[in-house]
Amino acid sequence: MITKRIIPCLDIKNGRVVKGTNFKGLNDVSDPVELARLYSAVGADELVFYDITASFEGRQLFTDILTRVASEIFIPLTVGGGINTVDDFDRVLKCGADKVSVNSGAIKNPALIGEAARKYGDQCVVLSVDVKRVDGQFNVCALGGREDTGIEAINWIKQGVESGAGEVVVNSIDTDGVKQGFDIELLKMVCDTVNVPVIASGGAGGVQHFIDLFKAIPTIDAGLAASIFHFGEVAIPDLKQELKNNGIVMRL
Amino acid sequence: MIAIIDYGVGNLFSLISSFKKIGADITVTADPEVIKAADGIILPGVGAFEDAAKKLRDTGLDKVVIAEAQNGKKLMGICLGMQMLFEKSFEYGEHKGLGLLKGNIIPMQNTIPNNLKIPHIGWNALHLTRDSEIFKYINANDCVYFVHSYYAADCDDSVIATAEYGKELTAAVQNGNIFGCQFHPEKSGEVGLNILRAFCEME
Repeated sequence: MITKRIIPCLDIKNGRVVKGTNFKGLNDVSDPVELARLYSAVGADELVFYDITASFEGRQLFTDILTRVASEIFIPLTVGGGINTVDDFDRVLKCGADKVSVNSGAIKNPALIGEAARKYGDQCVVLSVDVKRVDGQFNVCALGGREDTGIEAINWIKQGVESGAGEVVVNSIDTDGVKQGFDIELLKMVCDTVNVPVIASGGAGGVQHFIDLFKAIPTIDAGLAASIFHFGEVAIPDLKQELKNNGIVMRL
Repeated sequence: MIAIIDYGVGNLFSLISSFKKIGADITVTADPEVIKAADGIILPGVGAFEDAAKKLRDTGLDKVVIAEAQNGKKLMGICLGMQMLFEKSFEYGEHKGLGLLKGNIIPMQNTIPNNLKIPHIGWNALHLTRDSEIFKYINANDCVYFVHSYYAADCDDSVIATAEYGKELTAAVQNGNIFGCQFHPEKSGEVGLNILRAFCEME
């Protein structure tokens, strides 16, 4: 049986992890390489690196870091942020990324998904979507959730998968940061619509929220979170053990 | 020295990094003389079977790999590289492989329950069905990372490990000095590195 995945997400700005951590034994809490090494050692199933840098220099730093991480850490790496062209795919894949996630880049140019999928394979293209409830429907948001595009999210995801996205990350703006649990209603709708792996993001505040997620939606593949891992509120080994105790298939 | 064959298919970054990590002496090459001089051969591969098989043939390296393997040199195919060791693939048509192992590559579509997602992507437990030297540092049910939509069938002679995904799918194969992993050891954490280490240490 394929295991459910637990994925920490690292936001990188100018070569540093943005959200601080309070891990014991970690000398430099904002060093992405050190944090990645720690996550890999404690059983993270995959890592997501999100580049929130805007400058050219920052982008150079990001690719240097990615290269260092990929030279040392041998679990799947997904990279997102600033991916607007097939050349951007090429840039991060050369540094050792396995999958590339597109978000705003696909909103600006939906053809990007198909172009990248044809060149690198569906398994390489991850569609990342920020979703918010607006007037009784789910809408796609751009600019990290700040701008409502008016695009209906479920259909957008369906089209993205038909164009070649091999995986979908669904981030609920409504539950993000609230720590009251994942957006089960939205995620279930996505899982019922597409037949590629779906990764839940936004809302995890504790172990129970992951248990609720995997129990409520048996077809969901992974749970992603950032701050609760970075701040040590949830320890990955404990989380995976608890999930296993609850009958969820885990890699321990 | 281990020769990683570079025939223009896929990204070798992680594979090279993982061999460096375990301190292996490697070279990335498309030079038949270097391959002939090596102690072992890694045949990587990501992408479509037809394209990869054609590239290998166009470079003439298919004959080199076959000859070296038949002379007893240790060889490991990884992912699509493993699939190419077999006789035939039915990925978008019918394509000839290297024929070093008996069996065919067939689609998961219509051969596994249709509620399962394809590709088979993620971490799955290895069921070790036969003893093999490449497993000497790992345990039964250790998880490794898979990404594939096709798998090796009719290859009972060579299967050494399977993974359950609707049915037991071929995960690793061996026939004497010839090995193959359907999963990605270079993406499978310590377990994967230990499989590569065992391969490197083999006589």
